[in-house]
Amino acid sequence: MEFLSDIASLINSTLRISTPLVFAAMAGIFAERSGVIDFSLEGKMLMAAFVAAVGSYFLGNPWLGLLLAIIACVSLSMLHGFASVTYKGDQVVSCVAINILIIGLTTALAAAWFGQAGLTPTLNEDQRFLEVNLPFAESLRDVPIVGTIYSDILSGHYIFVYLAYLTVPLVFWAVFKTSFGLRLRAVGENPSAVDTAGINVFAMRYKALAINGVLIAFAGAHLSTAVNANFFREMSAGRGYLALAAMIFGKWHPKTALVACLLFGFTDALQIRLQGVELPAIGEIPVQLIQALPYVLTVVLLAGFVGKAIAPNAIGQPYIKER
Amino acid sequence: MVSPILELTNINKSFGHVHANKNINLTINKGTIHGIIGENGAGKSTLMSIVFGLYQANSGTIKVNGNEINLRSPKDSIINGIGMVHQHFMLVENFTVLENIILGFEGELVFGKNLEKAKKDLKNLCDTYKLNIDLNSTISDLSVGFRQRVEILKSLYRGAEILILDEPTGVLTPQEVDELFKILRSLKEEGKTIVLITHKLIEIMDLTSEVSVMRQGEMVGHTKTENTNKEQLAEMMVGRSVLLRLDKSEVKTGDVIFKVENLTVKDDLDVTRVKKVNLEIRSGEILGLAGVTGNGQTELLEALSGIRKVESGEIYLEGKKVSDNQNFLDPRELKEKGLAHVPEDRQRMGLVTDFKAYENLIFGYHDQQPFSKSSILNHRDIISHSKKIMEEYDVRPQSPNLITSNFSGGNQQKIILSRELNEKPKVLLVGQPTRGVDIGAIEFIHQRLIDMRDKGAAILLVSVELDEVLSLSDRIVVMFDGKIVGEKENKNVTDRELGLLMAGVV
Repeated sequence: MEFLSDIASLINSTLRISTPLVFAAMAGIFAERSGVIDFSLEGKMLMAAFVAAVGSYFLGNPWLGLLLAIIACVSLSMLHGFASVTYKGDQVVSCVAINILIIGLTTALAAAWFGQAGLTPTLNEDQRFLEVNLPFAESLRDVPIVGTIYSDILSGHYIFVYLAYLTVPLVFWAVFKTSFGLRLRAVGENPSAVDTAGINVFAMRYKALAINGVLIAFAGAHLSTAVNANFFREMSAGRGYLALAAMIFGKWHPKTALVACLLFGFTDALQIRLQGVELPAIGEIPVQLIQALPYVLTVVLLAGFVGKAIAPNAIGQPYIKER
Repeated sequence: MVSPILELTNINKSFGHVHANKNINLTINKGTIHGIIGENGAGKSTLMSIVFGLYQANSGTIKVNGNEINLRSPKDSIINGIGMVHQHFMLVENFTVLENIILGFEGELVFGKNLEKAKKDLKNLCDTYKLNIDLNSTISDLSVGFRQRVEILKSLYRGAEILILDEPTGVLTPQEVDELFKILRSLKEEGKTIVLITHKLIEIMDLTSEVSVMRQGEMVGHTKTENTNKEQLAEMMVGRSVLLRLDKSEVKTGDVIFKVENLTVKDDLDVTRVKKVNLEIRSGEILGLAGVTGNGQTELLEALSGIRKVESGEIYLEGKKVSDNQNFLDPRELKEKGLAHVPEDRQRMGLVTDFKAYENLIFGYHDQQPFSKSSILNHRDIISHSKKIMEEYDVRPQSPNLITSNFSGGNQQKIILSRELNEKPKVLLVGQPTRGVDIGAIEFIHQRLIDMRDKGAAILLVSVELDEVLSLSDRIVVMFDGKIVGEKENKNVTDRELGLLMAGVV
């Protein structure tokens, strides 16, 4: 019985931990499917976390914090587009610039406004998102299996967790079942074909980047106004890069990217669970080793378990019309 | 009753300092097939890209059916009934035929009712023009000929009345060309207007009723096709009279000096691209290797020149084994043994285009006397050598200090050719020697290859231009799907026979 509840809590944590990865991976799909590399998921996630926490603190409403985070991330995406789509700069360099800028900016602004380098004040219950208990969760708890799944795994998450998993089918539908998706995929594969079909290549890429900004804002707000009650220095902790890796393992496809995100989330949940636990025959595994697990997995998967990931054909290339 | 459907007046277009189109005037009549001929770089594609709205003219007016129109993007052209089949197809390779065609003209946000209607309309169009295309196949699975048909279908579906085709036959086998011309004629029967851009005189004579000639960005003549001939058109294109046929003496072959046995080669993706190929080339002989692009010629050339690893089989030079799977000579060692290579893709493999001409003229031989001594380049000797050789090979302009990318395609090719031929190789491997080269330079390059042959070199000529293979070679082999599928003495062999071999039919 204890084993079953262990499993349930492991799955529960997996869903929670994967949430920012899922948002970020979906955001990445939009940018990269349109042919624009997005290394700046990390920086944008950090920016969103900061803006959401600060906005929520001053305005007293986490939804307004989220709205500001969306505005901030869309602006950063537009900045990336300005540098790499309109002015045809190197996309990776533009992303690295954004990432470095945000690390410094968030730390400095927190210091200037709150007197603490890279830390924002703790949010009270009105200023943050709280866990959502699904209806009948309490009364169903004792029903075997169903109760465990419903009450212990599905219920009691932050709103972002539910939104993240609803986003995936929505992204799939938008990318593969709509004319917008058709154009999006085409512009990342062969922008000349899109241009000669009378569609504005630059406008398509900006639209994709705007959606990218909206989605990544949710990931950041989840970190600072839901699972934590404040922003702290570099709190995105590489999740943006991990999401990028998940997206690549998922071959730029929402369903498989989701699986990769869940896998990363699971190893992370596992490492938290395994810390300090005595394993039979092995003994206690050093914390550092366990914490390295998701990253080791990244390298191993990347080294060839997944097969060759074929990127959108025109990714990273600015569209140049005249010779 | 002829009425003009498209009228261009005083069109000008510059790219930086290059004046690509100068005061172009052109009238195209409804229901005709109108040819536009000119050498590479004459400005034909630029002009048509302006008509298609892809580029914007610096000045000038465009009228369709008598109404002046303003073309800001291809959308405007498409609305006005102009369609274009580009030289490099504008298709998304991992999309289906259907997806490619409806792109931009989906007619609905979420796929549903209109998609079904589009399918039905497309089937009707396919039937009318006998295009025979499966709408659900993926582009990457289709042959080049079929991809071209998809492009035509795409334009028709978008309501094209004027269809512009930019060098449509460059990538096709002779049989595919026949099919294409059949389709174009039936389009004309239905009242469509066709504009055919080409540098091939024979296509103009075969297909068009009117022809316009461009040279160096200017329109130099218009005429009815029936009132002209190939020689006259060639003269208008080049600006001087041109020898269309090569003078070639009888072949005096010597010993076999280059031999390939059971050669198998894989490409970077580990796909076998050359399958058990056997070749023999005698001294004083040009062996032509014909084939449609992508049938293993590239990998074969790379293996023969030592750039790519041999999977199995052997290569012999003057009776001595130079390469097999275990031991192989690198390109430099092969060069020292008298094997020279003019690569297919001159800008990627033959030249460093950002370097100056004199640097490219000595590359590969730069560490030899007199170009360098104890690893230090001898600048003065290199420059004087470059000047001499540029004059000998008629490289224009004759300035060794000019950056290589500023030379035209033909002159770039002459730089490579002069570098390799100057060493008097015993074996010469040449890939696509005249791709993107103007007629005047083609004549010169061909003559040089014949001279090399007459001096006793063994030459392997790989080309997708069938005319070139036929006019230069003493013997012809055809490559299909990595295999040599036929060998012919170059006497009484026709392009049709070779075409069947190239398509893998026989």
